Amino acid sequence: MNEQTYEAIAETIYSEKLDNGLNVFLLPKREMAKTYGLFSTNYGSIDQTFVPIGKEDKVNVPEGVAHFLEHKLFEKEDRDVFADFGRQGASPNAYTSFTKTAYLFSATNHIEKNVETLIDFVQDPYFSEQSVEKEKGIIAQEIKMYDDQPDWQSFMGTIKAIFKNHPVNIDIAGTVDSINSITKDDLYTCYNTFYHPENMTLFIAGNFDAESMMDLIRNNQQSKDFEKMDTIEREFPEEPTKVATKENKIIMPVSIPKCTIGIKDSASELTKEEFLKKDLLQGMVLDFYFSKGGEFYQELYNGEFIDASFHFETNLERNFGYTLIGSNTEQPDQFADKVKELLLKTNTASLSDEDFERMKKKKIGQLLRAMNSLEFIANKYIHYNTMEIDLFDVIPSIQKLTLQEANEFVQNWIKEDQLTVCTIAAE
Amino acid sequence: MNKVEEKIVKKNGLNMHFIQSNKFKTINIVAKLRAPLNRETITKRALLPYILKQGTKSYPSRQELQLKLDELYGAVLSIDGSKKGESHIISFRMELANQKFIPKESSIIDEGIKLFGELLFKPNSSNNAFEKDIVNREKNTLNQKINAIQDDKMSYANMRLIDEMCEGEAYQLHVHGYEEDLNNLTAENLYEYYKKMLSEDQLDIYIVGDFDEQEVAEKITTTMDRGETSTSEKQNILESKQQSDPKEVIEKQNIQQAKLHIGYRTNATYKDEDYFALHVFNGIFGGFPSSKLFINVREKNSLAYYAASRIESQKGLLLVLSGIAPDDFEKAKDIIKLQMTAMKDGDFTETELNETKELIVNQLLETMDHPQGLIELLYQQVLGDKELPPEKLIESIKKVTKEDVTKLADKIDEDTVYLLTSEGGVSNE
Repeated sequence: MNEQTYEAIAETIYSEKLDNGLNVFLLPKREMAKTYGLFSTNYGSIDQTFVPIGKEDKVNVPEGVAHFLEHKLFEKEDRDVFADFGRQGASPNAYTSFTKTAYLFSATNHIEKNVETLIDFVQDPYFSEQSVEKEKGIIAQEIKMYDDQPDWQSFMGTIKAIFKNHPVNIDIAGTVDSINSITKDDLYTCYNTFYHPENMTLFIAGNFDAESMMDLIRNNQQSKDFEKMDTIEREFPEEPTKVATKENKIIMPVSIPKCTIGIKDSASELTKEEFLKKDLLQGMVLDFYFSKGGEFYQELYNGEFIDASFHFETNLERNFGYTLIGSNTEQPDQFADKVKELLLKTNTASLSDEDFERMKKKKIGQLLRAMNSLEFIANKYIHYNTMEIDLFDVIPSIQKLTLQEANEFVQNWIKEDQLTVCTIAAE
Repeated sequence: MNKVEEKIVKKNGLNMHFIQSNKFKTINIVAKLRAPLNRETITKRALLPYILKQGTKSYPSRQELQLKLDELYGAVLSIDGSKKGESHIISFRMELANQKFIPKESSIIDEGIKLFGELLFKPNSSNNAFEKDIVNREKNTLNQKINAIQDDKMSYANMRLIDEMCEGEAYQLHVHGYEEDLNNLTAENLYEYYKKMLSEDQLDIYIVGDFDEQEVAEKITTTMDRGETSTSEKQNILESKQQSDPKEVIEKQNIQQAKLHIGYRTNATYKDEDYFALHVFNGIFGGFPSSKLFINVREKNSLAYYAASRIESQKGLLLVLSGIAPDDFEKAKDIIKLQMTAMKDGDFTETELNETKELIVNQLLETMDHPQGLIELLYQQVLGDKELPPEKLIESIKKVTKEDVTKLADKIDEDTVYLLTSEGGVSNE
């Protein structure tokens, strides 16, 4: 078991890669009442085409399988795992994103028992034809709930406008049609490939003893057998640099139109240093221009293009990345033109030393604040770890960023053909 | 369990609450201004947070204010209004990075408190009025907020349920105020109300984190002073009208998924001895994924994606929320009602009772791991005008018996069934 202490932020993390390939990270925090456990597989809605474990040929699975699988793992032949956690005073949950499926619990009691329950239920699937059929009704309701949510439609509408071929452009939950075609065998194929320990990470943070926790996990894993596994072969279609379409209009009953500008990242292979630098600078620069103190925010606000719903986000993954800037607005076309105009101005912009020092301070403060949350630490740690980046080393990395690096980033940030606009309006 | 030590100091017309904790990498400062819910003031109180976060005397624009916050290592500020029971509360919240974790930094807390005091006591104003442009602009923002609830069907259904259920009661008032009242609000009369609020509202300030209590207390009392105010301790008397026949309201819109929301009167609130039993009741009934609603509406009958209940403990309401297919209205309603009957009949085991109590305790302990959650939990005591420290709340929940829960269940009355459904959907005639 490796032990590493980060004095500046007063945290110690314990880690081990087990014989079966599972990566385990433990962050004991005895001052907290809670413990949070996260068992995550490097498998999400984008993993549509791959070579299943032990097979030669690649397969294509229906849209929404990863999410369907997430629902079904909670159900066993004789019981529902929610109830098991419930009996042990824990709240379980799970989520499926573009790139990950994660199972989690939080609890203040029976910690070791709950960790075992988490590992065991994820590693012991039970899918039957009957239970797969039953789940289709529940997931169809979930999909319809999303169909009625303008914010979600606006998000996915922009993603679809950005990406032409990359499967990030399909809905995470699939469609009512695609989930209806899912079979028990699809679930086992995906499960056996992507839920291999080699493809998974376990992160436990909170009130427990590291030594005995690692023993428990090690013993649990030694008692189980897994096939030998090499790297999973996944296939992604060729994705052009420019956006799929410059404009996507969606009609649905909303009281105020919604408009989102999407920026597509250039999908070049990045080293871990480049990835972290880009990830940090992209967030900082976006925040610099569009947060409430920002020059662009002020212009949009003064021009009455936006209201309190104005928002922006950026997401960088290994093989795709995007940035979204959106708002409820009575004048979607003018809003979109203005944002595009402002973004293009950055090609010739430069930040001052004073600006950049303040940006770094803000980023450091944001990170410290986020670290109040065990959930944030566990999720972000795993996210960065897939790129071999250490979350607890990020603050020094921020301090090391230079003004020159920032200005280089800003001036190469925006290209006209990597911008798109998605509008949601009533007829 | 780490005990929560809350130290209360009254000075300068403020109730300061100091809570020391080494759980967090930040310092949280929260001020809460409380007044009775009232149609005359609700829209003003809904609008004021929007105006106050636009700037202060020293940082008169939103941009200058934000740059100052950024400079303070990205301090986060929020100001908002909410209703609890029959009170309206305006909360000012600031979260600061704890300088302990940043090498060569020692002024964040001092400067943060100074800025916080200014936000509260020295807004951007001249000649006893706010800036006209800002007021007009923020009136639009609030107006859009009022209208945007249409797009969030769960919140909309919830608001409509309360409209129907609490007709004529103060609790019915919409937390974002009313569009028709916005016209009468001016830079002058808002400022006048702001002054009145500042001198008359009950004002509590909470500080949570790892800090030097004496230094912080001194810093607060030198920057914030409202003299010995005539704080009107009088709050609304809780009204709860009795209704003999449960009401059913059906509304239709162009939507895919129907929302079935049901409101009950609990006839028990935070102040009462059976408050703890109410907590446990809600847990078994619909508070958790292991609860009767979730298991029976969603899992056994695949009727809903979500089905849950929650309590408004200062007011004494129990609300059931579910998202269903429009055609399943009658079936879902029957199943929900059956679960209520089962609760009244004591149709749950000792094991379920004990597990639920443990889940509630777990939830409370987790809440206390979040600085804002901890503050909200402690503030309940001010709202309920009852001393109930978290340790005692937890102890009392652990002591609830099956008999306590069924006795409480007997007091619960169904009040209103509200359905928001698709056009051309259910006909209930």
